[in-house]
Amino acid sequence: MDIPTNLKYTKSHEWVRLEDDGSATIGITQHAQELLGDMVFVEIPQVGRKLKQREECAVVESVKAAADVYAPISGEVTAINPELQSAPEKINQDAYAAWLFKLKPTNTADLDGLLDAAGYQKVLESEAH
Amino acid sequence: MKSCDVTSPFLILGYSSVLKTTPLNQTHRAMNAKMVDFGGWDMPLHYGSQLDEHHKVRTDAGMFDVSHMLAVDIKGEGARAFLRQLFANNVDKLTQPGKALYSCMLNPQGGVIDDLIIYFLTESWFRVVVNAGTADKDMGWMQARRDELAPGLEITPRRDLAMIAAQGPNARAKVWQVIPGSQAVTENLKLFQATTFGQYFIARTGYTGEDGFEIILPASGAADFWNALHAAGVAPAGLGARDTLRLEAGMNLYGQDMDETTNPLESGLAWTVDLKSERDFIGKQALLETPVTQQLIGLLLLDRGVLRSHQKVIARHDDKEAEGEITSGGFSPTLNQSIALARLPSPVSAGDEVQVVVRDKMLRAKVVKYPFVRNGKSLI
Repeated sequence: MDIPTNLKYTKSHEWVRLEDDGSATIGITQHAQELLGDMVFVEIPQVGRKLKQREECAVVESVKAAADVYAPISGEVTAINPELQSAPEKINQDAYAAWLFKLKPTNTADLDGLLDAAGYQKVLESEAH
Repeated sequence: MKSCDVTSPFLILGYSSVLKTTPLNQTHRAMNAKMVDFGGWDMPLHYGSQLDEHHKVRTDAGMFDVSHMLAVDIKGEGARAFLRQLFANNVDKLTQPGKALYSCMLNPQGGVIDDLIIYFLTESWFRVVVNAGTADKDMGWMQARRDELAPGLEITPRRDLAMIAAQGPNARAKVWQVIPGSQAVTENLKLFQATTFGQYFIARTGYTGEDGFEIILPASGAADFWNALHAAGVAPAGLGARDTLRLEAGMNLYGQDMDETTNPLESGLAWTVDLKSERDFIGKQALLETPVTQQLIGLLLLDRGVLRSHQKVIARHDDKEAEGEITSGGFSPTLNQSIALARLPSPVSAGDEVQVVVRDKMLRAKVVKYPFVRNGKSLI
């Protein structure tokens, strides 16, 4: 499975992209969407909401199950992906393009705890065993 | 991300180290099925997309391996008299050989041991198809009742057989293509009728709300038959699509919508219980003595979200608040909206608006008559 090397990851299968303007874009990984199957509903936090790292902040639901998404880092929500409300299947089509929301990080130290692609690969390997 | 409310039995991991397999196990794996532990059976959940498989059955033809279910042959003189006592529906409705009947098998308290289909083959040969998860329990129950009531009867589990359900508006035609000569003998089968053709037992039954056949055949021929259907354009479909299809069709799922602690009259199954005839059957006395205070109703979610089993439902009727629970819920791919079956106090009726507790929110849902979908069309 290809894990993009330009992104950061959490053990709980979220991805984070650090943008040039200092904001962070959040989504769920390819592995997460594969586990869940066909997506039918996404609930995303409202713009302006302040999130703490590891706080439950979004819900993705597939035909099979509902899953909580955790905030990979602390920050304030600055944007949400408007496409996902009507087309949650975009997560299945390309999990790394179908971002959920953007954050303005409030604690840069949080970023140090995130995994790189190799670290996330190890998480997947350990889960497979 | 963490999976929280898993709703169907599909994700529940069993602890048995060795899963049971159907004769099609290798075939599913060769088709890249996502396999899951389904009540101790290693079964296909989907072959890529559960939604695509669902739509294929509604619009064309799909097939399910249902060999984990168990066919049981009941043979001998007095078979009908025995089944008359064993089942809540009345086998005397089966007058023509090949006719099928859906029924519950009840315990003396009126709880549902299982739901099943009975096929009448001859006066001394009936075939019953029971659920996979309850098969051992059912065998034990049927044999024990046989020992008491009809010791001369033979009750034989047929694990030498495989079962494939071909479902969808084009399913029958594709089966005819694959089994030469079968069209002439099965074309005029009515719903809930079956016939034998060569090594095949072909029934016009199903669990999807679409036309189609359920076909029982020797396990040794299952893979070739499956592959031939696939070559004829029948799409493999997994247990995931089977669940969304049956929910849209308003068909009960044993273990979710009813079980040994629930009464069929409070589970939307009154139509399958024969209380009119003089006949006595196991559970009848309890049903007659127990007041019916709840009913199974359909729900259509008005707000955005997904209904799941065990969510709490709050209904107001005549200024009284009453609580119930969703027994089966999910996303309806045909309606593109969430639907559910729920057990609610009896006064609630179609058209009422109720509230469903979904995580930290109260969502609005409308009480509707089900089925939700039949033969590819919305009934809502």
